[in-house]
Amino acid sequence: MHRSEKIWLTLSFGMIMVFMIFAGYQAFALEMGPPSHGERIDPQKVDQTAPFDQPGIKQIGENEYEVVMTLQIFSFTPSDIEVPAGSTVHFTLTSKDVVHGFQVAGTNINAMVMPGYVQKITQKFDKAGEYLVLCNEYCGAGHQLMGTTITVK
Amino acid sequence: METVISHKGNSSVLKEKANKILGVNLQDAKISKSYLSVAFIALLIGGTLGLLQGLNRAGLLELPSWLNYYQVLTAHGLLLVVVFSATFTIGYFYAGMSHTLGGLLPKVRMMVWIGFWLKIIGVVLVVIPVLMNKASVMYTFYPPMAADPMFYFGLVFVVLGVWMACFGGFIQVANWRKNHKGQHLPIFSFFATGVFVLLVGATAFVAVEVIFMIIPWSLGWVDTINVMVARTLFWAFGHTAVNIWYLTAVSAWYVIVPKVIGGKRWSDLLTRIVVIALVIMNITGGFHHQIVDPGISESVKYMHVFMSLAIGFPSLMTAYAMFAVFEKTARKQGGKGLIGWYKKMPWSDVRFLAPFIAMLAFIPAGAGGIAQTTNQLDQVVHNSMWIVGHFHLTLGMSVAMTFFGISYWLVPYLSKRVLTKGMNQFGVVTTVIWTIGMITMSGAMHTVGLLGSPRRTSYSTYFENATALSWDPYLIFLAIGGTLLMVAAIMQVYAVFNLMFFAPKGETEFPIAEVEEGEAKTPYWTERWGIWIVLMIIVVAMAYVIPLTDFIVNAPPGSPPFKTW
Repeated sequence: MHRSEKIWLTLSFGMIMVFMIFAGYQAFALEMGPPSHGERIDPQKVDQTAPFDQPGIKQIGENEYEVVMTLQIFSFTPSDIEVPAGSTVHFTLTSKDVVHGFQVAGTNINAMVMPGYVQKITQKFDKAGEYLVLCNEYCGAGHQLMGTTITVK
Repeated sequence: METVISHKGNSSVLKEKANKILGVNLQDAKISKSYLSVAFIALLIGGTLGLLQGLNRAGLLELPSWLNYYQVLTAHGLLLVVVFSATFTIGYFYAGMSHTLGGLLPKVRMMVWIGFWLKIIGVVLVVIPVLMNKASVMYTFYPPMAADPMFYFGLVFVVLGVWMACFGGFIQVANWRKNHKGQHLPIFSFFATGVFVLLVGATAFVAVEVIFMIIPWSLGWVDTINVMVARTLFWAFGHTAVNIWYLTAVSAWYVIVPKVIGGKRWSDLLTRIVVIALVIMNITGGFHHQIVDPGISESVKYMHVFMSLAIGFPSLMTAYAMFAVFEKTARKQGGKGLIGWYKKMPWSDVRFLAPFIAMLAFIPAGAGGIAQTTNQLDQVVHNSMWIVGHFHLTLGMSVAMTFFGISYWLVPYLSKRVLTKGMNQFGVVTTVIWTIGMITMSGAMHTVGLLGSPRRTSYSTYFENATALSWDPYLIFLAIGGTLLMVAAIMQVYAVFNLMFFAPKGETEFPIAEVEEGEAKTPYWTERWGIWIVLMIIVVAMAYVIPLTDFIVNAPPGSPPFKTW
């Protein structure tokens, strides 16, 4: 093997390792891991199961909110959410029918919402403005209309 | 009368003899020509549908209700990711196996023909419900969305067709090995073996998903389905499939391209190691499609970062190998300077230019892939237009352009015709148009995806939302790129059928590069396919036993079928 190839392959291996180390450090030390909540739910009884029997937004601390949300074709419940700037919002999500995606443009919020599973994701909204919430997994004929907003004041 | 017959008989015997010497078996050529014809017809239809989507996404075209965006997208994905790629791959590898293994066995020939017709039946069964708007479920058909059962039966036929071709390949290879004890399988057929092993491995997952889970459920025999098991099985197939098309392209980079430029191929041992590594590690890569899924723990997801990134290593080996071969060849032909040797490359030869641009495209494409397998980076782009941009670089450029480049010698080789200067020029122009189109489209897709624009969504302003409206200037490039791609696709399909039926008669070589003189003999352990398959199964088990067991043992109540379109 040529010396330059050895250098190239060492660098290649090193690069992969750097990606590994950063991904691991961010996931486990900085708690920035991808949304991975494990709780199960009966997808046909979402409306009768707490907390989804009362979807909505609730203040749970100073500058801290919990949004319990159901996703169904082709809407989010609740929709048109408003929070003050600087608040941390914990989203608790599930689907009442098919597979949906929960994405907020301009943030790192991006999670799959599967029927039968409760998904959780948290985001701190520092900048005021209107954020576009949309479903990013094809869910049917009206998929392109499945959007709402989060207004940060 | 009698004399006429005997004369005809004589000439056909002569023809057969001539073919044997020249290496073209007409019966085998017919198989490959049929597969390639289907591939390029699929490209034309799939490409047209792609243009419709590009125009829609740019806000320029509203599709009618009888042919809506999601129908078009389902057909586009299936025609290009499944039909075009698989039929080209099989046609190409069968041509090469016939060439390097001394002609196909009659039994194998029959199997691959049965496979061909099973696939055709399958595609028809899939397309009918899609056209009737009864199966707008995309290439991924995630339950609990349920298509018409005919759609799933069609998929089963497609998989059976692929299996016939794969097992035909195994029989051919086993027969050669029996008659050539102690010899290494010719490198082209070594790649073919790797591809067929992976095809069987990958499609096994989707076969289990469709046959044992979805079909009973869509027929109403069972009420509910386990959505996460189905989704996980799908991605064990879905991502491996596209990596198989990539491995097919890689085979041409290692084996064909060096010959086209008048050089020798890269180290035989390292080439075989790349194939083996890609076979062993490939299937588990699909898990990165589930990085933001619920129900999978962060530690399992982290283990999968490694499993997915590991596939990057053989690709980085390939990157070095390719440029080393180019430099060596160019210097032998008098190329000088640190990078001045590039002038000696045959830039005006489409058989080199198209796969070369394909390789270059894999630099950003592979880098994007590494980003997407890394948990937190994936979360930024998951299900956005970025992903669509990514696989138009990998499949639309690295794979498709290599296939185009192959067609300029493979089709004339099969049809006993030649590539004229004019047709070569035509191919160069096609390559340039395709490249510009794909860069335009995929660049815009990557950018607008980072801004949040979702994939698989027809044009929408989300009720005149300012953020969504800000994407429009980027989306217009989807229409521009898509139009250029359509032009290039029509030209490419024209070239293929011209070379198949109308080009001047003559002999075209099947270009397989030789190893460097004086290269050390490759050790025989590279031929131990049994070990590679066992290792592949072990890696797959490491990756999938834990999450699948968890999904099955701790399953939530299942989901009934939904038709939401």
